[in-house]
Amino acid sequence: MDTSSVGIVSPRVEHFDTPLRFATGSELPAYDLIFETYGELNAAGSNAVLICHALSGHHHAAGRHSEDERKTGWWDVCIGPGKPIDTNRFFVVSLNNLGGCHGSTGPTSINPATGEVWGPEFPQPQVEDWVDAQARLADRLGIDCWAAVIGGSLGGMQAMTWSLRYPDRVRHCVAIAAALKLSAQNIAFNEIARRAIISDPGWCDGHYLRENTLPAQGLALARMVGHITYLSDNAMASRFGRELQASEGDEDEDGRREFQVESYLRYQGARFSTVFDANTYVLMTRALDHFDLGGPGADPVDAFRRSQCDYLVLSFSTDWRFSPARSREIVDALLAAERPVSYAEIVADEGHDAFLLPIPRYLAVLDAYLQRVVT
Amino acid sequence: MRQDLTHILRWIRPGARVLDLGCGNGEFLALLRAQRDAVVTGIEIDPDAITAAIARGLSIIEQDLDSPLQNFPDQSYDMVVMAHALQAVHYPDQVLEEMLRIGRECVVTFPNFGHWRCRLHLATRGRMPVSKFMPYSWYDTPNIHFCTVRDFETLCRQRGIRILGRDMIGGEGGQSKLARQWPNLFATTAIYHISR
Repeated sequence: MDTSSVGIVSPRVEHFDTPLRFATGSELPAYDLIFETYGELNAAGSNAVLICHALSGHHHAAGRHSEDERKTGWWDVCIGPGKPIDTNRFFVVSLNNLGGCHGSTGPTSINPATGEVWGPEFPQPQVEDWVDAQARLADRLGIDCWAAVIGGSLGGMQAMTWSLRYPDRVRHCVAIAAALKLSAQNIAFNEIARRAIISDPGWCDGHYLRENTLPAQGLALARMVGHITYLSDNAMASRFGRELQASEGDEDEDGRREFQVESYLRYQGARFSTVFDANTYVLMTRALDHFDLGGPGADPVDAFRRSQCDYLVLSFSTDWRFSPARSREIVDALLAAERPVSYAEIVADEGHDAFLLPIPRYLAVLDAYLQRVVT
Repeated sequence: MRQDLTHILRWIRPGARVLDLGCGNGEFLALLRAQRDAVVTGIEIDPDAITAAIARGLSIIEQDLDSPLQNFPDQSYDMVVMAHALQAVHYPDQVLEEMLRIGRECVVTFPNFGHWRCRLHLATRGRMPVSKFMPYSWYDTPNIHFCTVRDFETLCRQRGIRILGRDMIGGEGGQSKLARQWPNLFATTAIYHISR
């Protein structure tokens, strides 16, 4: 048995029937949040750690749902007994955000007002709305103040938003491979992904479930574009190079054998299109695009002055989606706001994806930082 | 704890905001926090030292002292410390200027290349000194800008840097009295408390 695993885990669902008003003004009358927990909440409720997921993430962050589940949760390298987010010390909560497609209320849920699936009518959440929903889950679980809120990429943006929106409810904020806001280049890539989905004849203005179609091609293309931005040039070179597919029968329509990278991307795209909802993808990328720490056009230094927690900021050398320069902007704003912050730039070849991978220095720094979190 | 660091301690007021450039594993910052209740930040470049310093519960920024320090606002620290790093940066004078911009006061410590052993080594053997104190060969050393006590004070004079205090550490066996009397000849380590 793997003693560093949280083992077999089961998700739970909490139902909320107090309406949640989104930043955009629309309101969600009632909703479910699906989540998993690892470790035990102590009597004082002081050892709780919130994990915030990235663009296509979900609540299943560690362990397995059954003995025969092939893959572990998406952040199993960091969460477990003796791992940096040590479940012997911490009570870890990981949820699927509103608008998701893994069990929390989202575009594939039924709109009680119409009796039909929400589809494209699901209200557009912003990062702060997710944080508000997470705060209600914390209330429900009896957690007044998180020992730490931790996230990578879009998850890091949620963690930082926590520290501003509920400054007295967070003691430590860990933002990994994140940014204060998206660049034009980031938004451009997201727009290509959305265009791919929306241009698919199966999209049907987002009503594909009602119409019994699926924009599978578009969603696959969206994932392929996204995937390229998660990897570094080096990572792709060393993984695929210019190698051709080995087996015969892989020729394209003109009889050419294809590059391994083509086949890989197509496989990733096709697989993703069967497990992810297109409306969720559109909604999550829009939330990401509009994220601007502290509110649209806000000065991040002023924003961070409201915070009361300590920060750890981490970046990866070959990440070009949210590069080390973006993380240094976070650090510089924190320094200017005179907030306690630690920063490390991890040398890693894997690009943005590095935040999900067992890179020794990354795990060591995260572990070293979390030692200080009093439980 | 290196001797120069315990000497610096008395210049740090309780509760001061202190920035340590090249803080290593954070031993000195941890001491400042414990004994002076100081609010401390360290800058370091060595990965293992950063991890060790973060494990002490300190706020550590991974940053190269040879890159601009513009991300630290003017006069944002009570004290900026740089211990035994001046000789390892590309442009020591520019780093000094940056320290004085960021901190109201600064402390700099460096090995004194004017020490008689260095002079003797160079004079008699005609080769760059390698000793327990300066253990590197000239072609493979982090120490690229050695200076003497007199060099440093000349630079301070030229740049209008005020020397608020200085202290000298001699070699083994408590030669600090000699070192204070004739620092350029007998000090192994020079410690300067400076401001604008």
